[in-house]
Amino acid sequence: MREKATTIYLGPQHPGITGNMMVRLKVIGDTIVSAQTEVGYLHRAFEKLQERRNWLQGFTLMCRFCVPESDPMENVYARSVEAIDGREVPERGKYIRVMVLELARIATQLMWYAGQNGSLGLYTMGQWSIGDRDYILDLFEELTGGRVYHMYQWPGGVRRDLPEGFTDKVLRTLDYLEKRLKDYDDLMFANSIFQKRTQGVGIVPKENIIEHGVVGPVLRGAGIRSDIRIDEPYEVYDKLDFEIPTQEGSDIWARALVRRAEVHQSIRIIRQVIDQMPSGEYFNKFPNPLKWIVPAGDAYVRVESGRGEVGFYAVSDGTIHPRRMHLRGAAYVHAITLLESILPGQNIADVSAIMNSLGTCAPEIER
Amino acid sequence: MSFFDLQGTLKPLTALKQFGKKPHTLKDIPWKKREASDRYRGLHFNDLDECIGCGNCSTICQNAAIDMIHLEGIEGKKGDSGLRPRVDNGRCCWCALCVEVCPTGSLSLTKDYIYVTEDPDAFLWTPGVDNPDGAERKSFVSDKDHSLNDFNRIPMPELEGKERVKSFAEVVLGYNEQQAREEASRCISCGICTEVCPDHMHIPEYINAIASGNDKDAVKIIYDNNPLPEMCGKVCTRRCEDVCAIATRGDSVAIRWLKRYATETAATADLTHEIVNPEIKEANGKTVGIIGAGPSGLTAAYYLALRGYDVTIYEASAKAGGATMYGIPKYRLPIESLDKQIGYIQSIGVKINFNTKVGKDISFKEIYDKYDTVFMGVGFPDAWPLGVDGDDAKGSMQAFRYLYMINAGDKVDIGDKVVVVGGGNVAIDAARVSRRFGAEVTILYRRRVADMPADWEEIEGAEDEGVHIIPQGIPTKIHKDDKGHVTGIEYLKAKMVADDKGGRPRPVAIEGSETILEATAVMAAIGQMGDYSFLPKEFEDKIKIERGRFVVNEKQQTGDPKVFAGGDAVNRTADAISAIADGFRACKAIDEYLSK
Ligand code: SF4
Ligand code: SF4
Repeated sequence: MREKATTIYLGPQHPGITGNMMVRLKVIGDTIVSAQTEVGYLHRAFEKLQERRNWLQGFTLMCRFCVPESDPMENVYARSVEAIDGREVPERGKYIRVMVLELARIATQLMWYAGQNGSLGLYTMGQWSIGDRDYILDLFEELTGGRVYHMYQWPGGVRRDLPEGFTDKVLRTLDYLEKRLKDYDDLMFANSIFQKRTQGVGIVPKENIIEHGVVGPVLRGAGIRSDIRIDEPYEVYDKLDFEIPTQEGSDIWARALVRRAEVHQSIRIIRQVIDQMPSGEYFNKFPNPLKWIVPAGDAYVRVESGRGEVGFYAVSDGTIHPRRMHLRGAAYVHAITLLESILPGQNIADVSAIMNSLGTCAPEIER
Repeated sequence: MSFFDLQGTLKPLTALKQFGKKPHTLKDIPWKKREASDRYRGLHFNDLDECIGCGNCSTICQNAAIDMIHLEGIEGKKGDSGLRPRVDNGRCCWCALCVEVCPTGSLSLTKDYIYVTEDPDAFLWTPGVDNPDGAERKSFVSDKDHSLNDFNRIPMPELEGKERVKSFAEVVLGYNEQQAREEASRCISCGICTEVCPDHMHIPEYINAIASGNDKDAVKIIYDNNPLPEMCGKVCTRRCEDVCAIATRGDSVAIRWLKRYATETAATADLTHEIVNPEIKEANGKTVGIIGAGPSGLTAAYYLALRGYDVTIYEASAKAGGATMYGIPKYRLPIESLDKQIGYIQSIGVKINFNTKVGKDISFKEIYDKYDTVFMGVGFPDAWPLGVDGDDAKGSMQAFRYLYMINAGDKVDIGDKVVVVGGGNVAIDAARVSRRFGAEVTILYRRRVADMPADWEEIEGAEDEGVHIIPQGIPTKIHKDDKGHVTGIEYLKAKMVADDKGGRPRPVAIEGSETILEATAVMAAIGQMGDYSFLPKEFEDKIKIERGRFVVNEKQQTGDPKVFAGGDAVNRTADAISAIADGFRACKAIDEYLSK
């Protein structure tokens, strides 16, 4: 007798630490036979709202596209407006932006450490990494005035210069983190439970990679060396020396190793930034925001976020409001089409872990 | 991998080394509130005395979290709307854009971040009222270096001082398109200026039109309530700029120069007509007689004609414009500019009878009987004499008369050393005109330069052109030679004495400080006065004149309900824009009166 498939619903309340979305699973026993994602619980119409905001106001909405990693969003907004408006960013501003982006990458990966382990029932790791992430949020608070939503990179540069003694604090935090990463290795990567639950699980077939538009650690976990910071360097990435780590397995384990290595690379980048950062201006002031007209034109810019490439398309029709703004985040394809295609054959208990490993971020899917 | 992996089991036990350690995020036990960082974006604070209620914070807030509300004990006044921001903490996202655009710098965010209440209404938070001591915990502030306001004015291109005195060519050259757009985009559209403008011109609206490249719209908006805007754009006393929100920490927006820019894009009367495209109501058969083609008379005439009235102006001089034609030197207001504006006013049907002095060429009674209403915008045609010994000398004159004659094309013998007495715009005008005739010019003023009522730009302009200013000098006598011609002016130096009643300091002559300045001409610029000899006695009694001015109600109506009045002969501010405002008000009142 053939077994009948049962439908179960994962979500919509936080299936893992991903934001509200739902996956409808058809299962036979513990095994998934088909999966369908359902989003729509978090739609806040940010893209549409931008059309009613002026060129400055829109910037405050950007951070909310992705709660745990808001800085790449601010970065693409600022750069797209700069591109249309022909606005230069002073060198120091660019270095500060890279520092912010890399601190954000570390914070995101620390959040991922928590999510990835939490989805496997390994909670101690999450308590550590979220606690350590707080040290980075302390830095953000000191630099930007906000812990989670920084609203710091805006067209023309950054909002405020580094506070006194800030770089020393950053260096101290990096030293501390480097020590902690060793503990993380012991607790997580050396842990046979973690290994067993991730090796060979959630495999993204290499032949589907292009078709799904896969980016970021998922792409690099499948052995492809691609990263916007290298492929299309922005800010000052072309002046910095760092590696793009890759792995071959294309499973949760491989992607975890990529993310682990990226944290080390980010630390390396920030140290160079502090070393090289010139003094001087950090912001080229834009006109009175209420009357700021950005000339007609459009721009598509890309940034490498912790979850991979984020693209942003901005259109101006030469008024004080953007005509259209559109964000294409990494999570969009990963958490919908890719997820649906790789879940069949997997075990129910692994769904959350797979979602985390693909960098699912529901707020970013729904703009 | 074997089933039992020793490494993979032992290594995670490293977690035990954390055992008993204090948590990172809760450092102080017992719990102590964590001090936020030095630029933390917490609850708002507002310095209520610094705030001018411009509402820019409310405008920029993309969450619509700020309402401008009335607070007890804060009244509106010049340059202060009397409103203050109230933040809905349920909507605010602490972006602090409101802080970045606050022109006064009064608004800030503080280190306070814990706010717990059971009362949902308490989320409406009036910064400065709900945290009167918030100043001590200000953290996110926007000082002048960080503010997003543009505090620097685009400089106005001008002729060089040395070039200027060679001719009567216009000194101010005007903004070009790009300069105008840039200057216009400094405006924050708060409208604080509109309140102060006697005519309540729609300043933010026309500036906005200029900023967004719609000069024609700007011209149309300007003509809503001012038919002589190019004149105002060149010479207005611009009280609006004194209260500009941006001026609280920087240079005010060049409101006057922007109006000038817009109106100059309509280069001819025809073009003005085309752009303004006035809607003229069908003739209603009613008539209005106007005495004086100065700013108030022209304004009443223009807007009455638009409303379908048959309007006729009687003007004693050969040209229209009143004091703006004869009292203002041509390097400030060229004749072509006035001609263009008056040409446009005539083009909509306003009739002007030039060289027709009421009381001489036509009697007041005749006008009174002929028209359904009468408006008097007769100005202050006479000037005060200096009133010192010897002011009957040849070469002793009134600056206002002097300007009139020069503007009318007459020649006046002033010799090569002119002393002008006074500190207002007329004094400066007479001085700069005299410089253009090659004279050495000194201004003698009773008080300090800072006390001069003249426009600061005019004072600077005069100095650039080589006019010498002697402050704190009280004239006592005019010296003359045996032919009765001025040879000099004697004055006493003065010291400034604080006023017991809190008024501005008074100059008091220092005994024995007599000084004589050589002069070939002395010009008194100490004020003008009316001439009401054209009014027959029976009218004078009814219309009522007090302290040299017509008495009118808030509708510009005199004691005779059929007679309205405006301009210098009515209001003490005695400037063109007040006269225009009078004319505009009178138009509405006359319309109301005749529609009954
Ligand atoms: S922007 Fe500043 S000055 Fe204007 S109303 Fe707001 S707090 Fe007051
Ligand atoms: S901080 Fe931002 S959201 Fe809050 S009131 Fe100010 S402008 Fe509005």
